[in-house]
Amino acid sequence: MTQSNAGHTLMKRSFRRKRLRENAAGLFFISPWLIGFLLLMFGPMMFSLGISFTEWNMVGSPKFIGLKNYIHMFTNDPFYFKSMIVTFKYVFIMVPLQVIFAILIAVLLNRATYGIKFFRSIFYLPSLIQGVTLALIFSWMLNDDFGPINYMLELVGLPRVHWLTDPNVALYALIFIALWGVGSPMVLYLSALRSVSSEYYEAADIDGAGPVRKFFNITIPLITPTILFNILTSLISAFQTIVLAFVLTGGGPANSTYFYSLHVYRNAFTHFKMGYASAMAWVMFILIVLLTGLVLASSKYWVHYEDDGGGR
Amino acid sequence: MHAIESKKRIQTILVLALIVLCAAAFLFPIAWMLSTAVKAPEDIFTPKPELIPSTWQWHNFADAWSAQPFGRFLLNTLIVVAVSTPFAMLSATMVAFGFARINFWGRSALFLFVIGTMVIPWDVTAIPLYIQYNKMGLINTLWPMILPGAFGSAFFIFLARQFIMGVPRDLDEAAEIDGCNRWQIYWSIILPLCRPIVVVIGVFHFVWCWNEFLTPLIFINDQSMYTLPLGINLFKNAFNIEYEKLMAVSCLSVLFPATLFYFTQNLILGGISLSGVKK
Repeated sequence: MTQSNAGHTLMKRSFRRKRLRENAAGLFFISPWLIGFLLLMFGPMMFSLGISFTEWNMVGSPKFIGLKNYIHMFTNDPFYFKSMIVTFKYVFIMVPLQVIFAILIAVLLNRATYGIKFFRSIFYLPSLIQGVTLALIFSWMLNDDFGPINYMLELVGLPRVHWLTDPNVALYALIFIALWGVGSPMVLYLSALRSVSSEYYEAADIDGAGPVRKFFNITIPLITPTILFNILTSLISAFQTIVLAFVLTGGGPANSTYFYSLHVYRNAFTHFKMGYASAMAWVMFILIVLLTGLVLASSKYWVHYEDDGGGR
Repeated sequence: MHAIESKKRIQTILVLALIVLCAAAFLFPIAWMLSTAVKAPEDIFTPKPELIPSTWQWHNFADAWSAQPFGRFLLNTLIVVAVSTPFAMLSATMVAFGFARINFWGRSALFLFVIGTMVIPWDVTAIPLYIQYNKMGLINTLWPMILPGAFGSAFFIFLARQFIMGVPRDLDEAAEIDGCNRWQIYWSIILPLCRPIVVVIGVFHFVWCWNEFLTPLIFINDQSMYTLPLGINLFKNAFNIEYEKLMAVSCLSVLFPATLFYFTQNLILGGISLSGVKK
């Protein structure tokens, strides 16, 4: 009796010790991320949240002004809504187009019999070129008077377009340029398409389904997990877009490419309005969280995972 | 029977033609970059731009390289990449091993949290980081470029965890019976098996560091600490853009990531598809 009791407590103690050891080991292995998070994310985030309630130019000490920054951006800053609209336009045109193009090219490549590797590399190549260089190649190609694109337009009898200097066109020109980065999602779709079992298509053949029906009823549903991943990542990065506008248009012409992030950048690092810029950044953060949350919530209606039987 | 066969052949040709057309559109900007890089400045601003230059000025490359201290910029970029890439590979796999294999308290919630950090916009942390780096005396050094990747980024942790979860647990258990501790299991069993995903992380991180523009733009003002993207941007000022020089240096700069991608592409694409993006 006493012996088994002792054994019991011993087991309990060793179990507890094992749990402790597991926790310590876990903590040890994730420590690089934990340290990085506390040092480079959590601390700065809390700091910027605090600063967003102050007026501060980085030199003196911050002056607490309550919600004034937040009130100011919604009531008094003429560029605020302008930049918000520009960013939303960019996101809601660019993200769907990118998803569609990436899928179409991947489907085409997947059907090709020759040279997949070669073409795959070609489509991926622009993603390897840094944003600044890619932007400048395009600024040259889209040059009003000396660019090859306008030259080609003229050759076929079309009028020249002021790609980057016409306020009605510039944003679309930037979207067009951004689409050259379609290579990285395309690679993801390609590997997703590869893992679609051919059984589904054979079954559809027996049912006499045409290529269009096969595409919409089999291919698309089976790659919806990749589509979700693609939408989330490009949504998050499109909202924060800045490099193209920074290098090519500086927000112009007539503020038609004045992105939200550019507005934040200018306020912070040109005008040193740190409090105001932090407040704007936080509004952006909350917007992105809400939108990704919305996409994730909607995903249960349209994303099919093969293992839960929803793949058909 | 014959009709079906020829219909199939026409389909194949159509698909191929479409691909070639798209590929040409994708190659055009790159061809344009190359051709501009060897053009004479007077050939650039002509109302009749040509893809094949009339004269090939190979000395553009040397001229452009010496127009700014690009040797220094290249060295800075190489230092950033060389220091941060090994850390990025190590920390991402280490953290992923912790999440995939060790049953510690709060593991799933914490992992969701890690993924959640991908949503934080750079705008939110940029300002406090600037202040923090400023206090630590790290503005105008390469550290702001090295540090974030070195601690393991969420995206890489996610990829590595997916991969490690696909490695059979029997291997760990056998090693444990042989008396290996957790670190030995990670270091001598899991890590060698993770080679494909480690290569993926290494290459992606390399390319990301190589091309990063915003981080050095914010944290580096001193020209001697510039990395290649900032150096290239120097050819563009408020008044004009020296296109031929800019394109020449851009060509040289893209050589590094392009070579790396060329030699690792099978591993990379294999690594991604193995790790899967489903869930």
